[in-house]
Amino acid sequence: MREALTAYAMLAPSLIVFGVFFFYALYELGRLGFHERNRTGTRERWVGVEQYTDVLGGDAFRDGLFITLQFVVWTVPAGLVLGVLLAVAAHRRLKGIRFFQTVFASTVATSVAVASVIFFVLINPSVGYLREVDFISLESTSSAIRGVALSSIWQNLGLTFIIVLAGLQAVPDEVLEAATLDGYGPIRRFFRVTLPLLSPTLLFLVVVLTVFAFQAFAQIDILTQGGPAGSTETLVFKIFRLALEPRTVGEAAVMGVGLFFVTLVVALGQFLLIERRVHYGDR
Amino acid sequence: MATADTITEVETASKVELGSTPTNERPGRRNRVLRTVGWYALLSVLAFLVLFPVWMTIVRALSASLPYLSAGQPVYPVEPEWDIFSRAWSRGNMGRHLLISAAVTLIIAIAQLVTSVLAAYAFAFLRFPFKRVLFAAFIATLMLPIEVTLVPNIEIIDTLGWKNTIQGLTVPFLATAIGTFLIRQGFLGIPKDLRDAARLDGFGNLQFLWRVAIPVTRPVIASFAVISFLAAWNQYLWPRAITQEEAMSTVQIILRPLAAAAVGEFNIGPAAAIIAALPILILLIVFQRQLVRGLTAGAVKG
Repeated sequence: MREALTAYAMLAPSLIVFGVFFFYALYELGRLGFHERNRTGTRERWVGVEQYTDVLGGDAFRDGLFITLQFVVWTVPAGLVLGVLLAVAAHRRLKGIRFFQTVFASTVATSVAVASVIFFVLINPSVGYLREVDFISLESTSSAIRGVALSSIWQNLGLTFIIVLAGLQAVPDEVLEAATLDGYGPIRRFFRVTLPLLSPTLLFLVVVLTVFAFQAFAQIDILTQGGPAGSTETLVFKIFRLALEPRTVGEAAVMGVGLFFVTLVVALGQFLLIERRVHYGDR
Repeated sequence: MATADTITEVETASKVELGSTPTNERPGRRNRVLRTVGWYALLSVLAFLVLFPVWMTIVRALSASLPYLSAGQPVYPVEPEWDIFSRAWSRGNMGRHLLISAAVTLIIAIAQLVTSVLAAYAFAFLRFPFKRVLFAAFIATLMLPIEVTLVPNIEIIDTLGWKNTIQGLTVPFLATAIGTFLIRQGFLGIPKDLRDAARLDGFGNLQFLWRVAIPVTRPVIASFAVISFLAAWNQYLWPRAITQEEAMSTVQIILRPLAAAAVGEFNIGPAAAIIAALPILILLIVFQRQLVRGLTAGAVKG
């Protein structure tokens, strides 16, 4: 009895925070989705399940989702490959290697906001140093997402590097030795031995980077504000924009519910898809 | 960064040098030298690519904006304005915003440490009804990113009258299941003998927590503290959503309006970004070991 009371007392602070800002918030999210407000937010009326079907079946939600997925596609594979490249290059016994490791890890010290300002210097449409590189131009609806993605890739590079390097260091030397004795050259050894052993680490990173891509906000807010012509309005950015306007709070809530389910589907999909290909990479 | 120590350990233990030639081939001296030079070249190119954006930011911050533009945006500063940092500091009111960020971050990090340690202790060592349900509730909070509950949480903060306040910026983040799970894992590693001995010595729960459990798991707790601090410092969406008054902006939020300054003063934004990045850079250099351990927790086995 005493033990139980102690336990509840210890859990209480966390439970209160979660109770209000997670569980009650989820309830409130669903409730707001059934309601609509007037322009000033003073009155609220029930609009029912129709708001759900309208929003989740509508163009805005679909576009937001599509742009979010585009962002995943542009950031995750490239970020992962670059992180592995940096880690493999820096996992070596050389004089001064520590300097290079520090440089490669250094972008963990930047927040998304700082990284976005750094890339604003490079790619902002009026005076950016690389503004004429069409592939990442923030001025065109087809390339702006890639410009934003580049900023994210760079910002996540430090984290990816640190984690892959730790993974490389965990590969047992005997295994590599054995592969060498079997006549494996460095390249074959990397693809046949190191990479399969690294696969749990890489899976972890795929999940983390995908989550980051789904959450992307600051880089869009700073670099494009969702433009041009809404071409970088991810789901999260749309939710943010709609949430600040009383009249569209209900819509924003429904999109939040949509994001809820998308998150679950993505998590499940990643689990099912990648789980079985991990680790025992012998095809 | 922080990984060099471990690397040296791994390498001294290893007999075979990575990238060495297969044993049946006699490595020529020239070959070896060439290969070493090749690696340095590759590493240098990569380092250049990683640092180029930072360098250009420094160049842009230091250069007088219009002369820099008319010089065709070279990769070195033009007519350097060394006072740009103090100008950005006063223009952006950065002292204030850094202070707000520091307060918010410290409150969140310390509170998360306390709430996580307590909850972790309950889950690791105590028996009580509904333990599994409550544990599941903690797990549930990890399943969804905060973006999902953004809309209702803005409402809740608004109802509480906490928009544009320190409470609004901190209270939703005073607890986290990540910390609870990390620290619980550390607690579970404490040998049972130690617990029994403490009990024989008449230690109550709080005494055991304070005198044994926390000291023993200090590395785990320190790693969590660093990542918790970093995450709080870097927050963007939440402060952006609930602080409409610029006076209550954290330093991350103030960067956007500064970066959007007129072309003639385009060096203000980059300078402000450098100022905003410096404290955390220094902190990470000091706490790199904890940072790396925190970041790699769960990513690499063993």
